[in-house]
Amino acid sequence: MKNLFFLLSLIFVVSCDKKVNNSSIEPHLELVSFEIQVKMVEIPGGYYRPFFDIDSIKEVYVSRFFMDERLVTNQEYLNFLIANPQWVKSNILSLYADDNYLKNWKSDFEIPEGVSLQAPVTNVSWYAAKAFAQSLGKRLPTVDEWEYVGVADKSSPNAADNPEFTNYILASYKTGERYKIPVKAGQSNYYGIYDMYGSVWEWTSDFNSVMMTGESRNSNIKNENLFCAGASLTATDLKNYAAFIRFAMRGSVKANYCINNLGFRCVKDITI
Amino acid sequence: MKKFLIPFLLFGLFITSCTSNSNSNLPDDSIYHLTSEWENQNGEFMQLNKLKGDVVVMVMIYTNCRTACPRLTADMRDIHKQVGKANNKDIKYVLVSIDPEFDTPEKMKEYLEMYKFTGNEWLFLRSSDANTRELANVLAVKYKEISPIDFSHSNIISVFNKNGHLAYQKEGLNIDIDGTVSQIKKQFN
Repeated sequence: MKNLFFLLSLIFVVSCDKKVNNSSIEPHLELVSFEIQVKMVEIPGGYYRPFFDIDSIKEVYVSRFFMDERLVTNQEYLNFLIANPQWVKSNILSLYADDNYLKNWKSDFEIPEGVSLQAPVTNVSWYAAKAFAQSLGKRLPTVDEWEYVGVADKSSPNAADNPEFTNYILASYKTGERYKIPVKAGQSNYYGIYDMYGSVWEWTSDFNSVMMTGESRNSNIKNENLFCAGASLTATDLKNYAAFIRFAMRGSVKANYCINNLGFRCVKDITI
Repeated sequence: MKKFLIPFLLFGLFITSCTSNSNSNLPDDSIYHLTSEWENQNGEFMQLNKLKGDVVVMVMIYTNCRTACPRLTADMRDIHKQVGKANNKDIKYVLVSIDPEFDTPEKMKEYLEMYKFTGNEWLFLRSSDANTRELANVLAVKYKEISPIDFSHSNIISVFNKNGHLAYQKEGLNIDIDGTVSQIKKQFN
């Protein structure tokens, strides 16, 4: 009888082991952490006025959190894939990414030619970015968190009303092939955060809270609240225009989209 | 007798330990690849893949909503009526809360009862904010909290086939439900 129990438990172990091996391509597998060296900066909590919102006058409170000082690089994404092969190009489920996932990668573990390992990873879907963050016990920033840090220039936490800063942002949006520029190429802002401008667009955890597309017709938000209606552009309009570009981008993508100028960085809650 | 029983037992064990949890026969885009946990109106926890094998009609709403949701819910009622009782055991009508903090199982149950959605084919689910965002993304639903009691959201009713593949979506309020109904019926064939 003892033997039988032994046999049974052995079989159980063996048969389940097999399942684990097989499921290296099954995306519901637990995510595996890996070595990463990125500085996280503590962002103190505070109020900010969203550029584009239902009620632009209302201030939003953002609680303090840790933010990666820069974008996730190709090298780091590669390391994520080695630890989590269910997310490589040839294994990823169509539920989680469109056909452009890691589009220019030469194979599952080879980054595109002419692109640095230190450049931000792009052509990754929201699901993939989320999985990367989760594997490290981190998450994606919310729209509010990103925008809150995004109003800081070099010397002040809130440069929203500084026309020079606005011009700087708008100029940065004109740079071509931003996905080829290595991370931390530009200057850091007030908090010591890099790549907010002058690099690629970034995924946010709740980008699908932005309603700017045709769908808005059917919701109870009115488009007029999101679009500048005035004919002449003032400094405030220009400032809104810079934000408008970001919000338009967020409102026009879906979570499975993989785009060559859209990457991400991670954040983390501060517990205690 | 014992000799005969052991291989049989072993075989049975092998089957059960390996087939449960295998999603390999699902289409690549199946919603049942999601592993999030959901709580229903009875306070029971489940994963979405528990719905595998049923046609699923899904809508994202919140119980406190006074504008669009009552109309979306009325659409669900009309769809249910037109699809007919004959298929009730192979179909689930699923309401998903976008306000999981407020929509407790009690609130969800109350809401279902208010609309007389009392059959086993009706489910009201809630999960964490992150899981709700993820499901919304699968459905291409957008939503935003406007105030502690109010949300703005897309009005989309989605139909999934028995393997969790998104078969059909209809967006809008007070729209013609005939298309949705015929797409649901198609899934039974």
